[in-house]
Amino acid sequence: MNINNNVVEKTLMQKLTSLKVTFALIFLMWVPLVAFVILGGSPSNADYNWLLYPAIPAAVLLYLICMISWRESWIAMLGCTLVFFWLIVAVCVPFLPLIDPNKPIAPYVGIMSEKKDIFFWLGTDFKGRDMLSRVLWGCQRVIVWGVTATLIAYIIGAILGLLAGYVSGWMDEFISFVCNILLSFPIMVLFILILTFMGASGFNIIVAVTFASAPAIMRIVRGLTYDIKSRDYVFAAQTRGESPWYIMVIELLPNVRGPIIVDACLRLGYTTVAITTLTFLGLGLQPPDPDWGLMIKEAAPQAKLLKFAYMLVIPSIAVSTLILGFNLMADGLREMSLRD
Amino acid sequence: MIKLIAKRLVSMLVIMFIISLIIFTIFDSDKMKAQIATSELGGFQASALIKNPEAYAEWQEKNGLNKTYTEWASGILKGDFGHSREKNTDVGPLLAERLGNTGILAGLVFLFMIPIALVLGVIAGMKEGSIQDRVVTFISVLTTSIPEIATAVFLIVIFGLFLKWFPLNAAMNSGWDWSALVLPVMALVIYDFGYVARMTRASMADVMQSHYIRTAVLKGLPKKRVILKHALRNALIAPFTVIVLQINWLLSGVVVIEVIFEYDGFGKLLLQAALFGDVDVIQAATLVAVFVAVFSQIISDVGYTLLNPRIRF
Amino acid sequence: MNEQTPVLECRDLSISYYVRAGEIPAVVDFNLKIMPGESIGLVGESGCGKSTVALAIMQYMGSNGGISGGQVLFHGKDMTTMSDEELREIRGSRISMIYQEPMASLNPAMKIGEQLCEVPIFHESISIEEARERSIKLIEQVKLPEPERIMDSYPHQLSGGQQQRVVIAMALLSKPELLILDEPTTALDVTVEAGIVDLVKTLAKEMGTSMIFISHNLGLILETCDRITVMYSGQAVERGTVNEVFNEMWHPYTRGLFNSIPLPGADKNSRPLIPIRGQIPLPHLRPKGCYFGPRCDFFREGVCDQALVKMRYAPDSTSQEARCERLGDINWDEQIVEDFSGDPAPIGDVVLELKDLKKYYEIRDNSLKALVTGKSKSYVKANESMSFTAKEAETVALVGESGCGKSTLAKVLMGLETATSGEVLLNGESIGSVDIHSRNASLVSLLQMVFQNPFDTLNPSHTVGSQISRVIRKFEPGISEEDANNRVLELLDLVKLPRDFANRRPRQLSGGQKQRVGIARAFAGNPKVVVADEPTSALDVSVQAAVTGLLMDIQREYKTTLVFISHDLSIVRYLADRIVVMYLGNIVEQGTTDEIFAPPYHPYTEALLSAVPIADTRVKKRRIVLEGELPSAVNPPSGCPFQTRCPRKLGSICETEEPPIIEVSNGHQIACHIAQEELEKVEPVLDLTDYSEAVA
Repeated sequence: MNINNNVVEKTLMQKLTSLKVTFALIFLMWVPLVAFVILGGSPSNADYNWLLYPAIPAAVLLYLICMISWRESWIAMLGCTLVFFWLIVAVCVPFLPLIDPNKPIAPYVGIMSEKKDIFFWLGTDFKGRDMLSRVLWGCQRVIVWGVTATLIAYIIGAILGLLAGYVSGWMDEFISFVCNILLSFPIMVLFILILTFMGASGFNIIVAVTFASAPAIMRIVRGLTYDIKSRDYVFAAQTRGESPWYIMVIELLPNVRGPIIVDACLRLGYTTVAITTLTFLGLGLQPPDPDWGLMIKEAAPQAKLLKFAYMLVIPSIAVSTLILGFNLMADGLREMSLRD
Repeated sequence: MIKLIAKRLVSMLVIMFIISLIIFTIFDSDKMKAQIATSELGGFQASALIKNPEAYAEWQEKNGLNKTYTEWASGILKGDFGHSREKNTDVGPLLAERLGNTGILAGLVFLFMIPIALVLGVIAGMKEGSIQDRVVTFISVLTTSIPEIATAVFLIVIFGLFLKWFPLNAAMNSGWDWSALVLPVMALVIYDFGYVARMTRASMADVMQSHYIRTAVLKGLPKKRVILKHALRNALIAPFTVIVLQINWLLSGVVVIEVIFEYDGFGKLLLQAALFGDVDVIQAATLVAVFVAVFSQIISDVGYTLLNPRIRF
Repeated sequence: MNEQTPVLECRDLSISYYVRAGEIPAVVDFNLKIMPGESIGLVGESGCGKSTVALAIMQYMGSNGGISGGQVLFHGKDMTTMSDEELREIRGSRISMIYQEPMASLNPAMKIGEQLCEVPIFHESISIEEARERSIKLIEQVKLPEPERIMDSYPHQLSGGQQQRVVIAMALLSKPELLILDEPTTALDVTVEAGIVDLVKTLAKEMGTSMIFISHNLGLILETCDRITVMYSGQAVERGTVNEVFNEMWHPYTRGLFNSIPLPGADKNSRPLIPIRGQIPLPHLRPKGCYFGPRCDFFREGVCDQALVKMRYAPDSTSQEARCERLGDINWDEQIVEDFSGDPAPIGDVVLELKDLKKYYEIRDNSLKALVTGKSKSYVKANESMSFTAKEAETVALVGESGCGKSTLAKVLMGLETATSGEVLLNGESIGSVDIHSRNASLVSLLQMVFQNPFDTLNPSHTVGSQISRVIRKFEPGISEEDANNRVLELLDLVKLPRDFANRRPRQLSGGQKQRVGIARAFAGNPKVVVADEPTSALDVSVQAAVTGLLMDIQREYKTTLVFISHDLSIVRYLADRIVVMYLGNIVEQGTTDEIFAPPYHPYTEALLSAVPIADTRVKKRRIVLEGELPSAVNPPSGCPFQTRCPRKLGSICETEEPPIIEVSNGHQIACHIAQEELEKVEPVLDLTDYSEAVA
């Protein structure tokens, strides 16, 4: 073939940052992690730890790829570092030499006593459980359910948005109307309604997040689609008789990618907030396994003295760093896209 | 203009109708009723109850669960929101009182948030990339990244536990106390202002880049006139919508804050009702929340058209 | 030399932009001197720095730009060292500016009156009433109807032409000494442009204002200016009086520019346009020595690539200068020309035929009033009884201004819209009511399109090769991957692009290259008919010539029928065999190119011909300026569509009856009430006698 004669040899870096490799790595990291959580891997159940073996190198490699391809923006790099810190913790946590987060460390520490020393860096909570291992384990479920929920909301929202924006007409009116109804609910009210109806569980959080986020995503994608569909290359595809699906998937979707990724990072932040908040309110993830929202909820009635405040502050800082990471990533990416 | 408002009102009615239908259907479902029965009678008795049609019907009758949609809806239109099983009072007055409390909270939040957000946003957007811009952007990213729970925790620890300036909660068991409101309002303002400030900044920066600002400068107008007369009005169109739509956000935010600070508002009422299975309260509270949200949408639409001369209906 | 102090003088002005990568010089070593009452044209292609100069004169450089050297002297006083307050006093009162996009340069949220009045209020501290009075007077002077109403309107309520008149009024309110016009008519239609140019010229003369007129259009400069400065890649390359420069150019770039614009003498087969090869270098990639070197046919190694070239006087002249190392020593005949000439392909049978085609769009009015009156539907009459034919290997041009329905026609031809009534026959097959999804692959491949905007025509997410091969595979299902790839390479050869472009992404291509890919894509399925929708209007003139040349070349080879949609009569004159003139969805005149360009004319054709600026001092033109605005297609005028603006309107007959079609000769049709004999008596708009003599 003649075409390949002139191809400039790609550098290793270019190969690594190619979409295919990135997707493969995301897959390698994500599927084991989700499987681990769904199958019930937990501090007290090490049966599925083997699932996470491929995820650890994948996560580290992904981190490196992100750092290199976003090296232009230190904001994005900082955000990426914060996010990947928790991601890597999430995939590594079963292998870390941690004390079981669900058991009091008695007899070393009594219930309702603060204790900080060389073995328990962050002290223990009011039940005498090790804070450090609780905080580290706590990220896993938030990340898994948060990211999965956002992803599903995105798939549904993007499909609806493309349909509404490209096909337009009655399809647009119908989809927009349904989305308007969903958007009329204040988000927390919608969450409460759905979770009261369906019961509190990780899976139901996905459903709730999809209902709450998909309409907003649909609006964004619809707007972008409206903007792009009058471009000449879409016109060109139409004049050679391409089907609407081909145009939506091949011609439109890749070009709305940029703003969508930025919005996705922001939305990951919102979802994390939502899950933590719901757990705090008692509608989300259920005890005993550690979770940040749960830690705050459990500590709130007890920590009325300054010396116990760390029980509240530590999980709060943890959740804030993760969300800050997502937001900084979004900011950095937006800044980079504006520069081009 | 009247046509626009009429159109919006009609669509609001349609949306309210559909949403009330959805809410009614959810709580009229057998699944939901079983859940209520379980929470009231315990799992064993509840399943026995459901298996016995007569007793089940009687139980429904007693709890007001056998209404048809028309009965329910006409009740609501007459101001009868049902009966709270948990608190054993009528929902209407209860909701009104709680809404009032939340109204005070939300009003205070808006009172502080809007000026702070707009001023910071305009200052930042006036000169993109300047130091004041970077500082405002950084602060607003930081504060929006800290969820309300965490903000509340930090505020409680700093101002409540360490400095002991303000009470730890806003339960106000011993009468109304304004100082108890400081921390909840502060938490909501800190969490919310960043978003509005960033929108204002983006809009202002956009306007400052526009050709008509260039025209105004090159007309030889003083800088004050350029900013106040030419830039500000155009720059505030977008944030206006955002601010009004913040009402929707705020309704979510108050739930968390009211629970943390034990403030007797609408959000806490809704959550408790949800956890307890207090059907009438959930239904009424949701409807009211949606109504407020949809109504704010109308205000935003109408205000947008008033502010923006390019759109005329 | 004149002893007066110049109004404005730029001395060795250098302007740079500062980005993260470092300093990027935008304009280098720029000199300009403008005397009271004089007008200077600044001409050049996009990216040459002409707008940067304008903004630098106003001292408005944005946050990342700045003057890195030299002075801007306004009445002898250096503006670069002035305080903000001093600058403020000059801006808007002594130097004013008129901008490219009138809509964007007016504040959308303020009434016109307020925007006008504030100029004298802030500069001369006069009362509001006085300012208002003055503004109204000026609105009258710029010939806007109903000044009171205009004063109370918002900018979006006016048309583009009216907005530009408002901007002009705003600029002239304080009777400035210098007026800077930055492409003031580029966003407007030609007939509107003609009016605006006329207006600016007369008002500036009345007020004794000096002008700096920035444009990419040489013809416009010829009509408006006394002197001209040609810019290329941040430098002035040639400077002189308009007559000098237009009659004898000393810089190879200026010469190239003139060779690539379609002047009346050019012919697509025998005397094709000569494009300038290559493209303008990015500011940080400019070569050493002469910036034009890599594109210059007269480039001499060791001479042109040494030091920065200085301006020198042309032989026997004290006013004409050029920035060329080989000034006066170039033999213009030694130019290597990319050969686009060839024998015209014989014109064959009718391929495409339109019979009485109509296309209406329905607009539904959902308002209450419409519901009550029952008039909820109205129609946009985009095309009204269109009939014409196109033969094999023939180029038919559809000419008209914005809103004349030419793009709708293209959509109907392509099957993206279906005709409301009437017929479209392609090779005898009726396709007017067959939409694209009902057309089979072979039919679709017969009729393809080249698009207007090069930056939109290719999908930025896919490689060039994959986009072309998709077309091939679409039209030839089952073709092997290797064959398809080979076809892609052949097509790239056809449009004279390097083969490795197949692997590039569109953002790595220049506008002209993208347009070539667009042509390759259109010809991938061996089409019989190609619809080209203003394929070159967004390109710079030098690139434009290459793209048109290519299109003509391919057409000759494939005997393709070309339907060329354009608003630009000069390019149409150059390449069309037949011309169809459209106005408001109607065909007002059609015929061969020679027939259209000579009397009898339809009055609209006449006005259009007069409006097109021609960059040749030997061509004399009769000036016809159209009054009024283009009516809306929702509510077209009764009778003749052109009656509202027609300078030859007969009377009530034009308002009541649709004009008959006069068959002047076989194929030459004019839709007008005026008798043929009367129309034949009209003098030609263009007087080419001097020109023909010179050419002969």
